[in-house]
Amino acid sequence: MVRDKETIAAISTPMGEGAIGIVRISGVYAFDIAGKVFRDPSGQRKRKLRPWGVRYGSIVDCRTGEYIDEVLAVAMPAPYSFTREDIVEFNCHGGTGVLTKVLETVIKCGARLAEPGEFTKRAFLAGRIDLSQAEAVIDVIRAKTDSARRLSLENLKGGLSSKVSMIRESVLGLLAHIEAAIDFPQEDIEVLEIQDMAEQAGEVISGLNSLINLGKSSRIYRDGVSVVLAGKPNVGKSSLFNVLIGKQRAIVTHIPGTTRDIIDDWTTIKGVPVRLVDTAGMRKTEDLVEKLGVEAANRQAEAADLVIVVIDGSCPVDDEDKDTLFRTVDKPGIIAINKCDLGVKVNENNIPPYAGVKKIIQVSARTGEGIDELEKALGELATTEIKDAGDNPVMVNLRQLEALENAMRSMEDALNILNSIKTTDLAAIDIQESLFWLDQITGRSASDDLMDKIFGEFCIGK
Amino acid sequence: MYDYDIIVVGWGHAGCEAALAAARMGANVLLTGSGWETIADMPCNPSLGGPGKAQIIREIDALGGEMAKIIDHTYLQIRLLNTGKGPAVHSLWAQADKKAYTAQMRKSLEIQPNLTLRVSHVERILINNEKEIDGIETEAGEAYRAPIIILATGTYLGGTIYIGHESYSSGPYGQPASVGLSKILGGLGFNLVRFKTGTSPRIARHSINYARTKEQPGHELPFGFSFETPGTRKNQLLCHLTYTTPETHNIIRTNLSAAPLYTGAITGPGPRYCPSIETKVMEFPDRDRHQIFLEPETRDGETVYLGGLSTSLPPDIQTELVHSVPGLEEAEIIRPGYAIEYDCLVPTEIYPWLEVKRIPGLFTAGQINGTSGYEEAASQGLMAGINAVLKLRGQEPFVLQRSQAYIGVLIDDLVTKGTQEPYRMMTSRVEYRLTIRQDNADLRLTDKGFDFGLIPEKRYQMFKEKRMKIQNELTRLKTTLVPGDKNTAKLLEKMGTTPIQTQTSLADLLLRPEVDYETLGIVDKNRNELPRDVLLVVEIESKYAGYIKKQMTQIERARRLETRRIPRDIDYSQVYGLSREAVEKLSEVQPDSLGRAARISGVSPADIATLIVHLETGNRKRKQDNGDNDET
Repeated sequence: MVRDKETIAAISTPMGEGAIGIVRISGVYAFDIAGKVFRDPSGQRKRKLRPWGVRYGSIVDCRTGEYIDEVLAVAMPAPYSFTREDIVEFNCHGGTGVLTKVLETVIKCGARLAEPGEFTKRAFLAGRIDLSQAEAVIDVIRAKTDSARRLSLENLKGGLSSKVSMIRESVLGLLAHIEAAIDFPQEDIEVLEIQDMAEQAGEVISGLNSLINLGKSSRIYRDGVSVVLAGKPNVGKSSLFNVLIGKQRAIVTHIPGTTRDIIDDWTTIKGVPVRLVDTAGMRKTEDLVEKLGVEAANRQAEAADLVIVVIDGSCPVDDEDKDTLFRTVDKPGIIAINKCDLGVKVNENNIPPYAGVKKIIQVSARTGEGIDELEKALGELATTEIKDAGDNPVMVNLRQLEALENAMRSMEDALNILNSIKTTDLAAIDIQESLFWLDQITGRSASDDLMDKIFGEFCIGK
Repeated sequence: MYDYDIIVVGWGHAGCEAALAAARMGANVLLTGSGWETIADMPCNPSLGGPGKAQIIREIDALGGEMAKIIDHTYLQIRLLNTGKGPAVHSLWAQADKKAYTAQMRKSLEIQPNLTLRVSHVERILINNEKEIDGIETEAGEAYRAPIIILATGTYLGGTIYIGHESYSSGPYGQPASVGLSKILGGLGFNLVRFKTGTSPRIARHSINYARTKEQPGHELPFGFSFETPGTRKNQLLCHLTYTTPETHNIIRTNLSAAPLYTGAITGPGPRYCPSIETKVMEFPDRDRHQIFLEPETRDGETVYLGGLSTSLPPDIQTELVHSVPGLEEAEIIRPGYAIEYDCLVPTEIYPWLEVKRIPGLFTAGQINGTSGYEEAASQGLMAGINAVLKLRGQEPFVLQRSQAYIGVLIDDLVTKGTQEPYRMMTSRVEYRLTIRQDNADLRLTDKGFDFGLIPEKRYQMFKEKRMKIQNELTRLKTTLVPGDKNTAKLLEKMGTTPIQTQTSLADLLLRPEVDYETLGIVDKNRNELPRDVLLVVEIESKYAGYIKKQMTQIERARRLETRRIPRDIDYSQVYGLSREAVEKLSEVQPDSLGRAARISGVSPADIATLIVHLETGNRKRKQDNGDNDET
């Protein structure tokens, strides 16, 4: 059987404890398979699910007939579905256990487990969505929070496409001027002077630049802001981590150096997804495993968007604290003076001036004191990181970002040529390259558009 | 049992090149045409070259074709255009003496062994029971048999001329149109499309008041179109430039009801780059004047071509129109302009080697394939001639890639995308024009021309010597180092450039914008005197090395799709997930590679992704069937 004709199934809602989880089946046998596992309220098998109807019933194990879950079933016949194939979706009770069982029985009945992103890939291959949209769909799936989802939907409607199209139009216009002058030197046409071309190139560059910045900031919505907890051992980083995440995940002991590898988890602070990273305490150590952990911590601290430097407020600031503060001096963040319930021996005056402009907050991971204030400060910092995004930020994934950056670099090369040796046909090579990268996002081809532009713009004809 | 190996129908620019190439490769060729005077005629603008077209002429010459040599012997004026721009787009342009050009081409045909010329009007294409080409039948009832026919019928195919309200069946110049052939082609189930083109009035030289026009002199150049031509001809003629006036535009606007282009009489699309004066005035109403070029058609004759004034208005209005132009107040019109509609094939019906898909042995070249222009036609003729002989010999066809030649771009565009208007070559259609330039056409193609037997031994030896000199000099520039001392610093200052800290190669110095090969001589005392054509290539290749490298990367990037073959027997309707439009277009064009498939309009990137997936699953399945287990 051709792989693409296989019917695939997967749990299409995020794993975890949600109220509802969806198992989706897509492909030519989707309806058959659904018929085998779905029973109506009277326990009868339904040969055919009514298209577009929502039907209440249950899922049973197709071999043993054992009851699995109470569900709502929705049937969407091809081609009016996401993948343009027959699709059935079972809305089950959330919870990994139940969902997995439903999926298992569906697979027993002939479906294949979908590869990651395979629904989207099928939608893409069926011509249902274009390149940038396909990636946006993946982004929807991966979106961690509501704000990120809103951004993704924006992109689905062509947010990025339309912004890139506008820039592409200027690039095409610039190229048309150069090409018309090259191809029709005997014509009496008014083409731009070199300095005007340079000016237009400059405008394209700044347009691309702001789109890149926009994209970079919106990436924070999708990929989250990474926040690393840093500090010497046993200042309570893991306790703070657990408080902020809201569950007991990091092992907490009183033995310094317990956290040896990197632990991270997601949380949402003020609508911004935050990837919180707990690290091994930053101290000089001879223990090889712990040493590796410390090195990893240093790398994490460097790569993170924000840092929370944790200091034990019950002891005086020592050299190891100062070392941590020094290492993180360039990173925006917060200084959390922990264990304030044990009596505060550290205040702002004890923090060395090179600690930078970090806000100092007294907290207690044990009593929860100051945690609200810490979250608020963190949320503010996270939003200042993305404040350039404005009201209508554009979702840009890494591949698109790379394409935009390549497009900008080529345009800068073109500008350089226009300003220096003023050879337009060389500049055209860079401009074409720039166009190539933009079309990696829009999925269009420039050659015919260029001809139309030339003939639409100039009166040519000897 | 055959009378000839190859019969070429039509002796315009395509037919002449096709017949010459095939005969030179050893085939026994019959070349037919409808009038002795129309051999290699220029029924429209009497000029050759310009951006895009000049490169094609160079490539024809590099492959051993005829056009470059003949224009170099017969032009009235030559110019090098685009000199203010980079070397990749410098383009020769020449005003032809159309009578001399025709005579010279006829001479080349006459002295060519293996080639028979015959004035005749072909009425029918003979097809045998195997649906293969079998020969032709003429109006006079003669039959000539051959396994291969090259059709190069130009605008004669179903030609209709329009002037004002009049229209009549005709080829250009009042030659009869090939109605019969059109019918025969139609009967074979071809899709024919109708294109339109037009030409300008010719006026009498003595009736022009040149004082009111601007002179346009030719250039003195140390080269010509052919790589064999050492320099410019003597005694170039002047061309002249004048402009339309607001009055001209008024005449057009008030007489639109008599313009076949605007009455609905003409339905075929015309070329956007060569619109009639009616179209220019109507589409660009803000322009208060348009250029009119006064171009002599022959050295001694009376006729002058009015470039830019293509029109099909009624003759009396044409007279009024011409008289409204400064310098032409008293002009006598010798022949009015007209529009002509003609049939062409849908070029996606032909293979990249110019053989018609549905009739083995039938090749087509020139306007019949939807192109416009003498150079475009000639290059296709040459390629059709070569491929016809290769087919006779049972050898692989000769197809030029887009990264190899302008001719490659031209044919690839035609057979892959088709065309919505008469197709003209332009440099902007070429992705890699910095690497496929007119100065290196021989480096790209002459080996091929020699292999085919189209380049004589003597010329090939000269070419190899030139190539060696270029390579040696490029190596010398890279390996010769200039010390970073005080003496050099002084010399560099004299050259107008900044000093160097460490020893630097001549090639690196040449990369600096302010340094050219000549000024480089100040620090390069030991250089040998090199011929101009060698220097030209050396300077471009070293000066633009960075950009050439960029383009090479682009070519490499494209090659990934270009080299992915699509099997000939693929059934697109069975490819899961392809859009219906893509199935239609792909089935029609039958692209041989994914690169070509991706260029077809209506085939989206999603379709290409689908195709990739399909070909990939096919591969995996084949491997599985063969018992390979490398999939796990």
